[in-house]
Amino acid sequence: MTGLRYVYAVCRPFRSALQAQLSGVAGAPPKQLTHHGLIAVVSTVPEADFAEEPLRAHLEDLDWLTATARAHQTVIDALTAVTTPLPLRLATVFRDDSGVRTMMEAREEDFRRVLDRLEGRVEWGVKVYAETEPTEAGKPTEPAKPTGLTEPAEAGRPEPKAVSGRDYLRRRRMQTRAREDVWHRAAAFAGRLHEKLSSFAEDSRLHAPQNSALSRAPGQNVLNAAYLVPRADSEEFVELVDRAKDDAPGIRVELTGPWAAYSFTGEFAQEEPEVGS
Amino acid sequence: MTMSSRLPEPYGQGSGANLADILERVLDKGIVIAGDIRINLLDIELLTIKLRLIVASVDKAKEMGIDWWEDDPALSSGARRKELARENAELRERLAQLESAEEEEEAP
Repeated sequence: MTGLRYVYAVCRPFRSALQAQLSGVAGAPPKQLTHHGLIAVVSTVPEADFAEEPLRAHLEDLDWLTATARAHQTVIDALTAVTTPLPLRLATVFRDDSGVRTMMEAREEDFRRVLDRLEGRVEWGVKVYAETEPTEAGKPTEPAKPTGLTEPAEAGRPEPKAVSGRDYLRRRRMQTRAREDVWHRAAAFAGRLHEKLSSFAEDSRLHAPQNSALSRAPGQNVLNAAYLVPRADSEEFVELVDRAKDDAPGIRVELTGPWAAYSFTGEFAQEEPEVGS
Repeated sequence: MTMSSRLPEPYGQGSGANLADILERVLDKGIVIAGDIRINLLDIELLTIKLRLIVASVDKAKEMGIDWWEDDPALSSGARRKELARENAELRERLAQLESAEEEEEAP
């Protein structure tokens, strides 16, 4: 069967079997390609979708990108359950198995060095949100939780329509002030939390806050961090985050993971692709 | 949470995972290796910015503290700035339309 080779990750040989039903990008099951004692996890993808031109067009298609990113991540997740994979960026594609082997040979030392550093470690994502009121007055919302930050008389009830321009402006001003207050408290909370978590974790990275339009998460994202934690310490890390959630009204803490150590592959010498064709 | 597994149960992953979390990692964070199929990765980076701007104008994004692209050398070339500026103008116009439509609705 002709087709291209899509590479998900490179890892050391592992004994546990991958889930039987696992299917990768474009539906084909991922297989292991062993070379010089390392494994590349690859699957066959159709040239009609993954050759240069169609791939470039597909990457502009949000639905295609979403499905492909999720399929890629599903394979990485399955690998993370059984080994420590080095995840490659989406859409790393070779003509055939021998192209993959050539790449593995060329980057063998880099792979081994980073695998040594990340062995037995996973990444946990922690985000902190300020749960602010919606910015547009009059927009239908969930019943507001009485946080003590809205106008006391209005807490928990839908706000009445402003009767005059002055009332309207006053209300907007108070909403703005309440939002800023939550924001400042959330930022201070996030700073303390990050300090605590990064001293527990082996390493940490701060990422740009997420736009709620894309994440569909309510509130304003004030902290978006990744922590590198040994598997053995993960339970304790999760408990640390859980405890932090307790005493923070108006602030939401979100934990994701365990992820493959995506955010900690930075010391791998990044290879710039040739631009254009 | 089960104590028997080696790792705690996954949080927020699987089919319900936040798309931003996944894209952030598989597009921005994975190891970059030039395959046989060469895609200009700047195209992908620009795409993620487009995603981030889908609804928010630049001003809105800044208000939310999202301004990292300003210091990104990959995005500082004139052409990209111009492209973004054009896109931002469109988004801003669209936002203004939406806002004025909403103001009309809520006006007494």
